[in-house]
Amino acid sequence: MSRVGDRARLEARVAKKSFRTASGQSVPVIADLSFALEEGETGALIGPSGCGKSTLMRILAGLDRNFEGAVQRPAHGRVGMVFQEPRLLPWRSVEDNLRLAAPDATEDEIARLFDALGLSEHRTHFPGELSIGLARRAALARAFAVRPTLLLLDEPFVSLDAPLARQLQRDLARLVESRRMITVLVTHDVDEAIALADQIFVLSARPAHVVGEIKVKSPRAAMTAEEAKAVAARIEALRELS
Amino acid sequence: MTLRLISLLALLCLWQVAAHFGNPRLLPGPLVVFATMKAEAASGALFAALGITLARVAAAFVLAMAAGSAIGYAMGRSALFDRAADPWIIVLLNLPALVIIVLAYIWVGLNEAAAIGAVALNKLPVTVVTIREGVRALDTRLDEMAVVFGFSPSKRLVHVVAPQLAPYFAAATRAGLSLVWKIVLVVELMGRPNGVGFEINTAFQLFDVPLLLAYALPFTAIMLVIETLMVQPFERHVSRWRPRAA
Repeated sequence: MSRVGDRARLEARVAKKSFRTASGQSVPVIADLSFALEEGETGALIGPSGCGKSTLMRILAGLDRNFEGAVQRPAHGRVGMVFQEPRLLPWRSVEDNLRLAAPDATEDEIARLFDALGLSEHRTHFPGELSIGLARRAALARAFAVRPTLLLLDEPFVSLDAPLARQLQRDLARLVESRRMITVLVTHDVDEAIALADQIFVLSARPAHVVGEIKVKSPRAAMTAEEAKAVAARIEALRELS
Repeated sequence: MTLRLISLLALLCLWQVAAHFGNPRLLPGPLVVFATMKAEAASGALFAALGITLARVAAAFVLAMAAGSAIGYAMGRSALFDRAADPWIIVLLNLPALVIIVLAYIWVGLNEAAAIGAVALNKLPVTVVTIREGVRALDTRLDEMAVVFGFSPSKRLVHVVAPQLAPYFAAATRAGLSLVWKIVLVVELMGRPNGVGFEINTAFQLFDVPLLLAYALPFTAIMLVIETLMVQPFERHVSRWRPRAA
């Protein structure tokens, strides 16, 4: 799909994004925020709650075009997204949800995705019959089924208990590494960012901008516990600064 | 189910007893009414009246549901159109059915178009308001999901919007059908030369209560069957994916 020298690239530059309050005041949410990612890279955006991370995600997804700046998405391919809630169609089975989003996914691809995410027994279930953990797995499967060149993950494990979240992070890391795509992960969890990302962008409180960028050693498997701790400490230091 | 049958039988018995002690001219017993019904059926008059009335019910119902759904959808989606059209809907909602019927007959004439149009117009605002409510309750988060995953507009309508509107559509169907079939009788009574409403008017002129009931009861029974065999299963079908409350 992409040749050497023609690598997919995501470039986001949001000069200003504000919301209008009910009383007509303009409240800035994002100011002078920019970052870029290359094909095969996973970037984590980490910042305090309510700093505008989800707003930024909506801008990256093309759902919000009302901002100053520009977002350059990969020229080819599709966007896969996992929202904070699973957002599955409740009246369709798990499998139908995948097929509706990814009509050209092959039977084999879907079977392998279900297998990788532990969903094989739940193909025919309706989303209302799934536990929250399984529903999030189904949302992940849907995002991967479209063979995305850009994968957007908006706090995909929020409100899961820690062991379940760690398990899903491991499954997700395996899937991300098996593909050549650009992944953007929004999170407020330092461990999650370190576990999944090559580059971590630390965001300030509102209005959000990037206060620091940390490269995580790659391949991640070679990273020792001490190194991970050091990265976490740097993230914390940057968060204090902001 | 058995209890319902017993209850229905009890009503028949009560009717028979009341007829026995009352004035048979004002309240004939069930056997007398059934005999009249049989005679009307044998002559074919009963089926002709039922057929024409059901056709009017169907035409007015389809017209009101189609137009009402389209207008309700547009009002739910566009705040501007909603503000513009809302006063009209409120006027229509509060205009007595009788006024609409009389005006339709005066303005359009004593014809089929006026009759069906008047019934549809009576039902229209209820459909509009119900569907608008459904559109307002649409989940924007699912809409966003559909946009991100590149659903085409027709795919969004069929797989994202329609299933959310289905319960509202079913509610409009149920409320609408019972409204329409009652108003159709009034329209027929006032300005049509045939149908159940016309026959009831004739019975009224002749003070013939057995004839009146011989037309009214089978028609009521048919509407009940349609409601039970078609509307209720449709409602169950569109909400089958909902986890059942324990």
